[in-house]
Amino acid sequence: MEIDPFIFRLSIFILSIFIGYYVVWSVTPSLHTPLMSVTNAISSVIIVGAIIAALAGKTEAIFNSSSIFGFLAIILAAVNIFGGFLVTQRMLQMYKKKKDKK
Amino acid sequence: MLSANLSAIFYLISGILFILALRGLSSPDTSRQGNYFGITGMVIAIIVTFLSVGNFSTSLIYVLIFLLIGGAIGAFIAFKIPMTAMPELVAGFHSLVGLAAVFVAISAFLSPEIFNLGVTGDIKLASLIEMSIGAAVGAITFSGSIIAFLKLRGIMSGAPITFFGQHYLNLLLGLGVFALIFYLCISQLGSIFWILIAISFLIGVLLIIPIGGADMPVVISMLNSYSGWAAAGIGFTLENSALIITGALVGSSGAILSYIMCKAMNRSFFSVILGGFGADSSKQKTEDKKEKPVKSGNAEDAAFLMKNASSVIIVPGYGMAVAQAQHALREMVDKLKKNEIKVSYAIHPVAGRMPGHMNVLLAEANVPYDEVFELEDINNDFANADVAFVIGANDVTNPVAKTDPQSPIFGMPVLDVEKCKSVLFVKRSLSPGYAGIDNELFYKENTLMLFADAKKMTEDIVKNLE
Repeated sequence: MEIDPFIFRLSIFILSIFIGYYVVWSVTPSLHTPLMSVTNAISSVIIVGAIIAALAGKTEAIFNSSSIFGFLAIILAAVNIFGGFLVTQRMLQMYKKKKDKK
Repeated sequence: MLSANLSAIFYLISGILFILALRGLSSPDTSRQGNYFGITGMVIAIIVTFLSVGNFSTSLIYVLIFLLIGGAIGAFIAFKIPMTAMPELVAGFHSLVGLAAVFVAISAFLSPEIFNLGVTGDIKLASLIEMSIGAAVGAITFSGSIIAFLKLRGIMSGAPITFFGQHYLNLLLGLGVFALIFYLCISQLGSIFWILIAISFLIGVLLIIPIGGADMPVVISMLNSYSGWAAAGIGFTLENSALIITGALVGSSGAILSYIMCKAMNRSFFSVILGGFGADSSKQKTEDKKEKPVKSGNAEDAAFLMKNASSVIIVPGYGMAVAQAQHALREMVDKLKKNEIKVSYAIHPVAGRMPGHMNVLLAEANVPYDEVFELEDINNDFANADVAFVIGANDVTNPVAKTDPQSPIFGMPVLDVEKCKSVLFVKRSLSPGYAGIDNELFYKENTLMLFADAKKMTEDIVKNLE
């Protein structure tokens, strides 16, 4: 009997939850706001699905009913990717130690 | 055109880079590097997707254009946004992830063949369930985040909105979602799919409106978690490991943050979700509190007290963010330090409107992060400190949480501010905080109330420290 590929994906999913659990507990509380903004940025990897939806359709028409949702999703995800990573970067730049004050 | 196996490996790599991005946040030193890992992971995922779709026709240009439009908007927001507006920014961003998940799910439902999920009217059962869950959770995330955004932005009142039978309605709608998914699987009807999304939008709204302003740290973390589960749902539909890994990471991250926030308020996650906390605060206020004597002072008194102290602990709260007083505060602390006074900052986990809110604001004002302490690390120091300077915080300093079992905040971990030799309390009036209860600290012998706007008062103190 063969194992359904779904089970493998489920295994990845569950193991990732455990990784997330341990990694996030080790995040220092003072960085919880950057944690939220960066998790927000990486969850925009959903753009992968958006690109497939926008590109992979039948080629004769670029914009059809299903690809238009893909294009819209690309915009939304792109706002998040750029916005999320840049604002995280901006925040992290501000965290300084006592010594390196000008 | 990239083979499916090769692209799967690249997706795995970007998943690992995302894990490293979160890992970096364990200390401020490694955090910036972590962020670059995250960016690299994202770039890999996007390029691999381009290559594996392999369709370099004219539509590719459109994808790039749309990517850049979104990117430009995102970058503009990221550079313009003031640090005090971070909670609403994060809520707004969550709504976008939710909506993107809904759009991808719709697209997959309309043309399942491009995702290899079967054909319209005969979509594979597992895929249909996965995309329904992705769409439903995405829709809840979207509308819930919009409400959270409106509340945080002050466009909508932060007061909880409750009505009779609210919880039953939510329960009914929740069960309705499951029934609809079940029926969708049997019928494959498009109309069911649209109703499912519409009801999920409604649930998102109903879920967040009963939750009040100061419970926002829990709400934002919860929506953060939801956005992750939505991404994971879509990841299962698209059989994409990068999405599954990321969704799981984000989902558990948000869940942990919600847990930490609930614990810091000594409330169960369930009671926060049911909402309505502090709704009847107006009734309790009319008690006999005016009779109790309160000592109030001015900036001069405050400056005098602090000048003669040898150690000062600063307790910032949401009021500091509202008044934008963090820069003035830093100036004040600089003056104190020049007088050889030891200054540290004490931060309660739920100070502000999102996890870590105060830390970011202090960092923005160039406060070194090693002067900023969490509740459990600094609470014993209050007994040895001369002055506690409470600026914009209230409930998190209220000693009744330790003494009065009748109090709604009893059992909540609080900062032991009252143990200080003297307490300076900057506040606009004697009005109670979010929990709707009077703060005993106001009437203590050693408390001096400074009635003023937090920023104005801090600036005046700075002048008096000259």
